Amino acid sequence: MAVDTLNDQKLIEDWDGGTSPFKSSYGKLMMWYFLLSDAFTFAGFLIAYGALRMSSPNWPVPDFVFSAFPGGFHHKPLLFVTLMTFILLASSFTMVRAVQEGHQENKKGVAFWMLLTVIGGLAFLGSQAWEWTTMIGKEHVSYHTNPFGSHVEYGTYLAGDGHDIKKGDTFVPGDSYLIHKHDGEWQKLPYEVTEGEDIGQVKELQFGPRAFGALFFFITGFHGFHVFSGVVFLLIILLNVISGVYVERKNGYEMVEKIGLYWHFVDLVWVFVFLVFYLI
Amino acid sequence: MAEILKYNEEELLKEQGFDDHFHDHGHGDKHKTSFIFKYIFSMDHKIIARQFLITGIFWAFIGIGMSVIFRLQLGFPEDSIAWLKPLLGKWIIVNEETGIGSLDSQFYYALITMHGTIMVFFVLTAGLSGTFSNLLIPLQLGARDMASPFLNMLSYWFFFLAGIIMFYSLFLSTGPFSGGWTAYPPLSALPQASSGSGAGMTLWLVSLTMFVVSILLGGINYITTVLNLRTKGMSMWRMPLTIWTFFITAIIGLLSFPVLVSGFLLLMADRGLGTSFYLNEIFVSGEALDYVGGSAILYQHLFWFLGHPEVYIIILPAMGLTSEVLSVHARKPIFGYKAMVYSVMAIAFLSFIVWAHHMFMSGVNPFISNFFVIFTLIIAVPSAVKVFNWITTLWGGNIRLNTPMLFAIGFVSMFISGGLTGIFLGNSAIDIQLHDTYFVVAHFHIVMGVAAAFGMYAGIYHWYPKMFATFMNETLGKIHFWGTLIGSYAIFWPMHYIGMAGVPRRYYRFDGFEAFNQFTTMNEFITIAAILTFGAQLVFALNFFWSIKRGRKVMTKNPWLANTLEWTTPIKAGHGNWEGKLPTVHRWPYDYGKDGKDYIPQVIPMSEEEKAEAEH
Repeated sequence: MAVDTLNDQKLIEDWDGGTSPFKSSYGKLMMWYFLLSDAFTFAGFLIAYGALRMSSPNWPVPDFVFSAFPGGFHHKPLLFVTLMTFILLASSFTMVRAVQEGHQENKKGVAFWMLLTVIGGLAFLGSQAWEWTTMIGKEHVSYHTNPFGSHVEYGTYLAGDGHDIKKGDTFVPGDSYLIHKHDGEWQKLPYEVTEGEDIGQVKELQFGPRAFGALFFFITGFHGFHVFSGVVFLLIILLNVISGVYVERKNGYEMVEKIGLYWHFVDLVWVFVFLVFYLI
Repeated sequence: MAEILKYNEEELLKEQGFDDHFHDHGHGDKHKTSFIFKYIFSMDHKIIARQFLITGIFWAFIGIGMSVIFRLQLGFPEDSIAWLKPLLGKWIIVNEETGIGSLDSQFYYALITMHGTIMVFFVLTAGLSGTFSNLLIPLQLGARDMASPFLNMLSYWFFFLAGIIMFYSLFLSTGPFSGGWTAYPPLSALPQASSGSGAGMTLWLVSLTMFVVSILLGGINYITTVLNLRTKGMSMWRMPLTIWTFFITAIIGLLSFPVLVSGFLLLMADRGLGTSFYLNEIFVSGEALDYVGGSAILYQHLFWFLGHPEVYIIILPAMGLTSEVLSVHARKPIFGYKAMVYSVMAIAFLSFIVWAHHMFMSGVNPFISNFFVIFTLIIAVPSAVKVFNWITTLWGGNIRLNTPMLFAIGFVSMFISGGLTGIFLGNSAIDIQLHDTYFVVAHFHIVMGVAAAFGMYAGIYHWYPKMFATFMNETLGKIHFWGTLIGSYAIFWPMHYIGMAGVPRRYYRFDGFEAFNQFTTMNEFITIAAILTFGAQLVFALNFFWSIKRGRKVMTKNPWLANTLEWTTPIKAGHGNWEGKLPTVHRWPYDYGKDGKDYIPQVIPMSEEEKAEAEH
């Protein structure tokens, strides 16, 4: 029977049944479809982000908001998030190496590179924790209050805030500011409008669009949760690798490949999150 | 009279079968002996299908029972329904002077909301596609089971869990959620907005999130099984139309339900954390709330990005079941097989770019509405192709007018009636007039509610012998069919007229409005029709459960003389479906009335003449 089947060109075509048309196991296909659906979840969030941001008259400038760096450094626009991104992308590279070693059936190699991937994931999560701590603890951004604003008119400050702004500093529309909180009081600096209809009027700084904080924590949090789950699954599979579970399996280190797919997906999503929150 | 083919499957399977060394692996049901693992935590797709079906029937009776209760209120607002007090308790408010008991108005909205949620998600999504995708995908493809039986089992139990949570919410002292099955904010986002918006809405959200998990686990399985586990010779173009529709339904679900989850998670944040994703400058009882910058329309977009594909998730499996049943019982090949498949694909694609036609009234940009109007109207084209093909399949057929066939024809009738009004509503200019009237209620109930139920019934009566190895009673089946067909038209046909006359949806009672008084008798008529139709469904339930043990026994493997593979399995197939080898497929599933033969099953090899013909 087998010989007949082999001779029958029609039957060995991939789509004629009895075989996987993509030459791929059901587990890997399922992972792909899960990732596809997850991509739509993230797409839903990012579209919500776009819709709310576009309906807001102004939006905090990323270069100004994300400019802190551990060790007390300020005014380093996007430096820290670049580091975070580098760490995450590097962990994708180590993941690729782990999968390659899996194809070679090299248990030690798989374990080594997976361990590096886990470390990369944890480092990313740690960085995110630091970023959140800074925003919540030092800059007092929360899901309902956003002290990061940008000016919509020309003016001169009538007081300084003891940080970067001094009395008499001038600003133009689009310039960013941060309302500081001292002893539980928001320091909404007074300023005088120097051009336009309201010239001569004295106003005080206003909070920026509040959706900013909520969206930031929600979406980066959802992504961070994905990274966290990824780390947990990586650890479980790493333990399985070390204890030699996959040595006897017919499909070898396929589990490593599957978690690899997930890990690359989480990285890919980060690229989009990075794009919308930090670059534009 | 065509010649009835005689063939011996046993020998064919032995000769032609595809040996996957089933018994060598020994992965038949290891737990065969234990009741719990055989019938409750079963991983056999046939058992899981029956679990979905029976749970679906349970929910269907809850759902339509609710509709009878609120129809009583609408049809007879002056009459007392205090006799329902033992069932509904404090939700029946008895007027102390007159002694007339009427439905609590808040609870009326809760009933409508639950009716919609239950029927759309639990009955027509899980009950329909869950049942038949599970039953038929492995059987008709020649697979031992789903790609991952374990995830398949989880899929059912997540659905069960969703059901438990929703059922629990019915008994809350503040009542279940009452803001409509679409759960628009602010009613859904502010716990203080109405009594159902508190705990009721929280449970609603949790329940439906569990439900989405169930759908995704199921969908991933269905897609993978269809791609990877077709038996030898079962190319994509030899799959029955049922499988094509389940496959494409699963793809739609996989791409649209996650977006609903995004919307739900943001809604949960608004409810629980105090964010303003969907809320903007709102007053509740004169008090200004501290929400700024959100957009209620955003939720509507996220919701309807699922919501519209969802109606195709409901109707496509019904279309597939109908196509198969029509062809088998008309003893004719389905007309335009490839056109059917391409139509389903076109419908699936278009279903993703028409969602805002549910939102013409919501204040979306009229120029954007143009886009959605055009694509909505274009959906009529593939839908009409399918209707044409069903009718031409019947044309000149050797029709057996048994219950499954009657329901399949009923499906076509309902789909035409409901589909035509869709063309009116697809135009934003007319929709703005009709959207908040009973015209829309009539439209969507006929085209996706009743029609899908007809498709489901056709499937149940047709595959009942495969599920339970007995037949359902034919007389009771016909009573059920005629009761449901006449009853459904009697309920929904008049609604078109009162809708065109401007009677609005969602009103608790109409007798206080001078303008609507003239429709009192019409409303009474609709209510009586609804009660009678409900009665017809009781006939079905009786028939269904009675026939499991007492129905006429199935004596041959292939009682309908059908071509597809599920009828080559033993009458009571165990886990693994085929004993020994898997069947090999040699032809498409619709060789009825070919070359003077009544039917030629897919496992019969092509004759030399056929092969020569196929090459030309």
